Amino acid sequence: MSDFSFFLEVVVGGLLSGVMYTLVALGFVLIFKASGVFNFAQGAMVLFAALTFVGFLEFGLPMWAAFLLALAAMLVLAVAIERTVLRPLVGQDHMILFMATIGLSIFLEGFAQLIWGTRVRGLDLGISDEPVEIAGILVSQFDLSAAVMAAVLVAVLSAFFSYTKIGRALRAVADDTQAAQVAGVPLGFIWAVVWGAAGFIALVAGLVWGARLGVQFALTLVALKALPVMILGGFNSIAGAIVAGLVIGVSEKLAEIYLGPFVGGGIENWFPYALAIAVLLIRPAGLFGAARIARV
Amino acid sequence: MFYRDAGELKTSYAQEQAIFPVALDRRAVIGVVCAGALMPLVAGPYWLGSILLPFLILSLAAIGLNILTGYAGQLSLGSGAFMAVGAYAAVNLVIRLPMLPFPVSFALAGLVAGAVGLAFGLLSLRIRGFYVAVATLAAQFFIEWICTHIPWLVLNTPSGVVSTPTLFLFGFAFSSVPSRYLVAFVAVVVLALLAKNLVRSSAGRALMAVRDHETAAELTGVDTARAKLTAFAVSGFYCGVAGALWSFLYLGTVEIEAFSLHRSFQILFMIIIGGLGSILGSFLGAAFIVLLPVAIANAAVLFGGALKPDVLANLELMIFGALIVSFLIIEPNGLARLAVKAKERLRRWPLAY
Repeated sequence: MSDFSFFLEVVVGGLLSGVMYTLVALGFVLIFKASGVFNFAQGAMVLFAALTFVGFLEFGLPMWAAFLLALAAMLVLAVAIERTVLRPLVGQDHMILFMATIGLSIFLEGFAQLIWGTRVRGLDLGISDEPVEIAGILVSQFDLSAAVMAAVLVAVLSAFFSYTKIGRALRAVADDTQAAQVAGVPLGFIWAVVWGAAGFIALVAGLVWGARLGVQFALTLVALKALPVMILGGFNSIAGAIVAGLVIGVSEKLAEIYLGPFVGGGIENWFPYALAIAVLLIRPAGLFGAARIARV
Repeated sequence: MFYRDAGELKTSYAQEQAIFPVALDRRAVIGVVCAGALMPLVAGPYWLGSILLPFLILSLAAIGLNILTGYAGQLSLGSGAFMAVGAYAAVNLVIRLPMLPFPVSFALAGLVAGAVGLAFGLLSLRIRGFYVAVATLAAQFFIEWICTHIPWLVLNTPSGVVSTPTLFLFGFAFSSVPSRYLVAFVAVVVLALLAKNLVRSSAGRALMAVRDHETAAELTGVDTARAKLTAFAVSGFYCGVAGALWSFLYLGTVEIEAFSLHRSFQILFMIIIGGLGSILGSFLGAAFIVLLPVAIANAAVLFGGALKPDVLANLELMIFGALIVSFLIIEPNGLARLAVKAKERLRRWPLAY
């Protein structure tokens, strides 16, 4: 096999794994856009969603029923979070809210595993992981399906934001919370919707990642993979999350293969961060983030 | 009535500017320090070695993080990594340069960690807020990777886990539990007093100005870049010394698992529960976090030990998480604020106000 087609294969593989990062990062971006909260608990929500789905499957439910029930659980969770965590902390400093979501993530990790147990479970979505050959390049079928799922998800979300009343209210809150409230947008409801949507994304991400890694505690670490994607793309840009996810995915794979052997390997833990920070130093608000002007 | 700061006549600037200007506070601090020093006489090896020793060392790390996060407002998720830098530097210094007395080696190890902290602090000059938190997360992963991929750092030990040698000073071996406790105790008392002194100095006020409003601080003439770098360097130093003490006095080994992201979060929780921007809070939070698992385990035994260990571990996570959230909601200033409230109560007792 020629070097170039190997290179292409690495790039395509990276693009597809980047889509998986984007899936997780979208959940972060959504919540940050609508409420200014950097939700560290997104990883724990991914774990919670995946465990719930697999848990219902083990009761012998068909896949669609388990999906709907898990989705319902995520929506209940979203409302509960809005009531118990966000509402009492309204108007607090962003850092306080961030730390609250760290507490929330610890709680969710314990809660999810208390209900469903700590055992590692396999998850078979019925998509084969056999590579297929497209134009001379081997591509994982599973990754391809994940990419399609992510594309559908982004399309659904964009349509939701653009064409529904709730979506418009949501963008109004993101734009100017106070003005939206004056115009009569119910803030609590909007937040519950956003967290619900983030829960939905967590469920999809949980299924895709769970099928890849097995449904287990390590799923929470997926959130740590999404952080560099977010800082690279900017916290409040969905387009940024997509592009940054792809960039991170590709560069991570390339670095692993072409740089890794020289430094002893295992660089995938920090390389995306280093890349993201290098970009930050040039563009402090990320590739697509809106620069803020500091005022006294 | 019981606590009073009125009626104390200061007759010199030195008195006015003392670290603890109120006589009662001063006596309380001296009392606590004396009690701590005499602790080996009363406490058994379990309490001394497994509760008080980790409590003291983690308090030190909490003070370090509190200076950076609580005082200077730069959220750090990398304190575990800075502890690792201190631990690895200390073990290299102690083994490779045996002629240095160990307090000097530990101080140098702290300086190395401070320098690394400073290097990552440079990023905070360009980026702000959450981005800084993510940059410290990068520090955590990068330092973990460095520590596991450069054999020289672990003295070429194949397993990557270095056993720490016994510490000697003037021919005395610090190997018994009480002696190790006293080393940590002295280090913590000295460094805590220095920290207390730092945060009331002009450098400390600069940190708080940066935390409260960076642009306003800049406009009033605070050198914000210098303040942030100071915070990162000092925080790195404290965490580094804490890491060295943790490896040498508590674990007996230097290994990266002791300084993972989990440790960083643990220290962050200490200062959230104890109180952001409070030296006293760092101690209270550390005590709380060290004692809570012990209390939960004991409570489980009380309920007949019916809970399985994995259930217990998950319950512990849930209790921790719920506590963090409730502290942020009910008392964002943590246990330290409760201590201040108690003082107010004592001052006006038995009157209502």
